Amino acid sequence: MNADKAAPTGFIGWVDKRFPILHVWNAHFAEYYAPKNLNFWSFFGSLAILVLVIQIVTGIWLAMNYKPSATEAFASVEFIMRDVDWGWLIRYLHSTGASAFFIVIYLHMFRGLMWGSYRKPRELLWIIGVVIYLAMMATAFFGYLLPWGQMSYWGAQVIVNLFAAVPEVGAELSTWVRGDYVISDATLNRFFAFHFMIPFLLAGLVFIHIVALHRVGSNNPDGIEIKEGPKGNRWDTNAPADGIPFHPYYTVKDLMGVTVFLALFSIVVFFAPDFGGLFLEAPNFEPANPLKTPEHIAPVWYFTPFYAMLRAVPPIAGSQFPGVLVMFGAIIILFFLPWLDRSPVKSMRYKGRISRIMLGLFVVSFIALAYLGMKPSSALYTFLAQVFTVTYFAFFILMPIYSTLDQTKPVPERVTS
Amino acid sequence: MRHSLLVLLFIIAPVAAMASGGHDAKLHSAHVDLRDKPSLQRGAKYFVNYCMGCHSLKYMRYNRLAEDLNISEQELRDNLIFGDAQPGDLMTIALRPEDGEQWFGTVVPDLTLVTRWRSPDWVYSYLKSFYVDDNRPYGVNNLLYPDVGMPHVLAELQGVQEAIYGHGHEGQVTGLKLTQPGELTPEQYDHMVHDLTNFLTYVGEPIQLERRRLGTYVLLFLGLMFVLTYMLKKEYWKDVH
Repeated sequence: MNADKAAPTGFIGWVDKRFPILHVWNAHFAEYYAPKNLNFWSFFGSLAILVLVIQIVTGIWLAMNYKPSATEAFASVEFIMRDVDWGWLIRYLHSTGASAFFIVIYLHMFRGLMWGSYRKPRELLWIIGVVIYLAMMATAFFGYLLPWGQMSYWGAQVIVNLFAAVPEVGAELSTWVRGDYVISDATLNRFFAFHFMIPFLLAGLVFIHIVALHRVGSNNPDGIEIKEGPKGNRWDTNAPADGIPFHPYYTVKDLMGVTVFLALFSIVVFFAPDFGGLFLEAPNFEPANPLKTPEHIAPVWYFTPFYAMLRAVPPIAGSQFPGVLVMFGAIIILFFLPWLDRSPVKSMRYKGRISRIMLGLFVVSFIALAYLGMKPSSALYTFLAQVFTVTYFAFFILMPIYSTLDQTKPVPERVTS
Repeated sequence: MRHSLLVLLFIIAPVAAMASGGHDAKLHSAHVDLRDKPSLQRGAKYFVNYCMGCHSLKYMRYNRLAEDLNISEQELRDNLIFGDAQPGDLMTIALRPEDGEQWFGTVVPDLTLVTRWRSPDWVYSYLKSFYVDDNRPYGVNNLLYPDVGMPHVLAELQGVQEAIYGHGHEGQVTGLKLTQPGELTPEQYDHMVHDLTNFLTYVGEPIQLERRRLGTYVLLFLGLMFVLTYMLKKEYWKDVH
């Protein structure tokens, strides 16, 4: 693009002749033009990458002392907490990182819903994102068994038993997943293998996510395509007029976001690693005991919205299968979002009242289900969970209707600042 | 600003929900103070004397305890280590799980993490909640842990408590009263149980004081780094707005 740029010399020049290092740097940082009006909500993409790196690095170091064996797992975690130098810090970074990952991703996804980041041309970008979310959930599920505490054990027992609800092949399927008739050493071994492997798959998916992002360009709070607007900015006559180079503008901005995030993260790691029993559940400090079922089994907070839906659906003909379908349906429906939204505008800024109310209702449903999923079920709670399950799905299923009916506001030509 | 508040709400809502339902009103506060080294030392002594016959601390090492509680190796060997254990050993016991099961009807739990899966307040209250119940094998029951298998090991010190039954419901215990004093006054017993709970809270996570101390420095560093990154961002973005 900049023909007057001199060819690099020195070490960088030597490398660049053999590997397109400058091309990569320019295409994805120095000459990648992001909208100049990105706000608070765009911090969570880079933060998600940061947390993934934290999880992979601390995870590898934990694996150096962790023993994936039913007789040794619990003690090896305490060994890490007490006898391994800085083991307590690595473990708390990892356990807090798991929850932080979901907080960051939920905010990142909410941003996508607000800005209409799933709309054309970003459908594939959104779909890759949902695959990343699924891979994250799988990793978290496998990882939660590893400390081999009571909640690890019984939580896994409940979830793996869901496979038993599949008609005809259910019982054999759940045995095949466990590698035994109950959660056992065999289960722990395979869960550890998957927990170690999937994050690298996740890193690959994140790479693909970014490749897709840089193909279509970053969305922005206005939902306006800067590539379709006027051309020419201070750096390049061909680049979008409303774009600014990712580096240095967004690298320094994200650095600031990273600092704030690390401060909040450190408050939890150093001052409240249990986070009131939400991030590290109290019953998980008791070793797994196959003979003693805890009074109340609940998954960790980031899974409870889906767990609440599972419990909300009444069994049909004695089978839990409908509940299982609803639970997985709640995630699968995300894949169809790009084609459910028929609004002429992308961003919530220019959508009308109905869309805003529906998004608000969706967020309230999700948080309410998360809360209900943590609580022992009662008649009232089950009823509330049923109501919120319906509103959760209504957000998606009714979207083709309300997004067409809604009164939209005129979208400006250029991004607003 | 409005956005940040929304995010805060996102984070706080589940915690508030958790906090509102998580606590048991019956519990007494243990007033844990991990900086009180003499209390922790007394707690350690009480533990090895009264509890360690049946309860292990199998993830805790003697010398870690000595180092953290300012106990010399000689004092450790003289007062806290019984039998042929070495300072670097884990605080295990000779009682076999199957013996415990036979004597008490259940495997005697290891107590290293008891304050983490119960809570310090629970342990403190539990040790104050034994009462006479002739229907139980050891003649005692516990308000917090109905039909517990464990005898009241500290009965000699605390004395005997009897249940006060409510008028409305048959068999509903509404309170406990000391009917036969022990070797300690109620205040002395509370102190002792406090020391034990304090010690067990330390054992649950030996690093916790150090963790908080380090956290303060980490936050100071990040605060400074925020000032720098904020200024850096402002400087670069001057020409955008």
